[in-house]
Amino acid sequence: MTHILLRGRDIPDIWKFDVYVKNGGYEAFKKALGMEPKAVIDEVKASNLRGRGGAGFPTGLKWSFIPQSEPVKYVAVNADESETGTFKDREIMETNPHQLIEGALICAWAIQAKAVYIYLRGEFWDLAHELDKRIEEARQAGFIGQDIQGTGWSCEVYTHLGAGAYICGEESALLNSLEGKLGQPRVRPPFPAQKGGGLYGEPTVVNNVETLTNVPWIIANGADAYKKIGTEQSAGPKIFCVSGHVVKPGNYELPLGITLRELLYDHAGGVPDGKAMKAILPSGGSGPIIPATNAVLDTPLTYEDLGKIGSILGSASIIVMDETVDITWVAAKVTKFFKHESCGKCTPCREGTYWLDKVLDRIMAGQARLSDIELIDNIAKNMQGVTLCALGDFAANPIIYTIKNFRDDFMQHVQKAEAKPAPKTRQAAPAGD
Amino acid sequence: MTLSDKKYAQRIQAAFAKYPDKRSAVMPLLYLAQEEYGWVSPEGIQEVAALCDMDPTQVQSIAGFYTMYSEKPKGKYWLQVCTDLACALRGADEFYEQLKAELGVDDGGTTEDGLFTVEHVMCLAACDKAPMLQCNFHFMENLDMDKMRAWIAEKRAEAAKAKK
Repeated sequence: MTHILLRGRDIPDIWKFDVYVKNGGYEAFKKALGMEPKAVIDEVKASNLRGRGGAGFPTGLKWSFIPQSEPVKYVAVNADESETGTFKDREIMETNPHQLIEGALICAWAIQAKAVYIYLRGEFWDLAHELDKRIEEARQAGFIGQDIQGTGWSCEVYTHLGAGAYICGEESALLNSLEGKLGQPRVRPPFPAQKGGGLYGEPTVVNNVETLTNVPWIIANGADAYKKIGTEQSAGPKIFCVSGHVVKPGNYELPLGITLRELLYDHAGGVPDGKAMKAILPSGGSGPIIPATNAVLDTPLTYEDLGKIGSILGSASIIVMDETVDITWVAAKVTKFFKHESCGKCTPCREGTYWLDKVLDRIMAGQARLSDIELIDNIAKNMQGVTLCALGDFAANPIIYTIKNFRDDFMQHVQKAEAKPAPKTRQAAPAGD
Repeated sequence: MTLSDKKYAQRIQAAFAKYPDKRSAVMPLLYLAQEEYGWVSPEGIQEVAALCDMDPTQVQSIAGFYTMYSEKPKGKYWLQVCTDLACALRGADEFYEQLKAELGVDDGGTTEDGLFTVEHVMCLAACDKAPMLQCNFHFMENLDMDKMRAWIAEKRAEAAKAKK
């Protein structure tokens, strides 16, 4: 299939400005500049494009929330890509950066933004410096700066490097971080699109890299053509990041609606060494873990269908585990991640991840008791829905769903511990990281 | 030397030019301070605070919040190994244990010659190329211990040569 997003796979030099332009680059932006901003928003709305960062919110609708009466508006591009198992935005920015810049500029025109800030995770250090060069090329060509293409509209594009904090992928924490504050979530409302809720208090659209990279194609080819890709509720192509126990880990750009089986076996080559597939995390560390049953494998990868099997599509970072993996170990691993990445603002998340980690360390150290399972389930359930951002819920998921779907793995730890002579006193849990 | 050295002038100016608010430049300037001092030292914090019109305590809290600002001096090569789930499924835990043993240091430790600091970090968005690490913010991917031993030997040889 020809790629819409990962065009670097078809045209290896498309990261170069002149190669991008030769292949139709920036034509969609010019077309958009000939349209009323509202017409651009309507076209994106009609395409049914949904946010690719994880939440799946309709993109055009998000843009339409921006009050046009406000004189200063911003676009913030979420290139913080920090979800465990996610590495798609990186490939877009490395191999097809101008399409992201073009998409961001079309968004900026649609909401009449004054500037675009691309917030990259700090670890994308080399990438950010390359991206600065691509931005400069677009500026030299007259697509960024003062009075763009004679429209009278001016817009700047900047990169901003984070410094290693998962939470900054959460949109309000990202805005705080850009403002030079601690990257912690804000109380909402006001939402970023509203006055008082966005960057420097101005209405702001925050969109993921992959989301915006879809936009030039939509404007160039129309919403109707875009809707022909994917399913009715999940339109368009999606980049699936496949990692863990597969023969060919990597990014796969495919239409939404292909099944997990097609993705993991036909494209990613199945599990190495003829082992059986045990479990799948469809949305990195933050989504519910599911057993790799036939019914699950035959599920179409869409926003709506993954919900039906008790998980989420999220950012579509699919981590595969073979039959040798102890899912308790997975829960412990993912919990260490969330404990480290909890920003510390909300008590249930800060304390909850700390205690989950401690109890899981104890279970992994061979001192599990039956009551530990109920204890961590209880802690996790008390973290849900009570925090300012979704991190608290994400951190609860690995516990709740490993217990729900892989209780036997926990029970094996309990049985092993009970078979040993009881220690006089239980050791304190080893210090976490 | 300090951040007032003219080699930083252009980059400081470029950082301020990006934002309508001085405070937003705190993150890029902390990176400059780290470049100058090798870590976000107390002098660096003071200078960044003065440049951004912020209280040094506020700057310190920013430096402490993010893992890429180092609050203590590091070795010449700062190796941050991803041992998160996706990498661990492809042998990153074992790789990290072997790397620490090879260098004779614990997590977060620095070798006696001051060349290497190692620590484990969370997902670096290179899950398909595990085991991997970032060395002074540059990615090294698809690693194994043979590659690492050769790389370590090379860096040690370079350092020995530089000493002479």
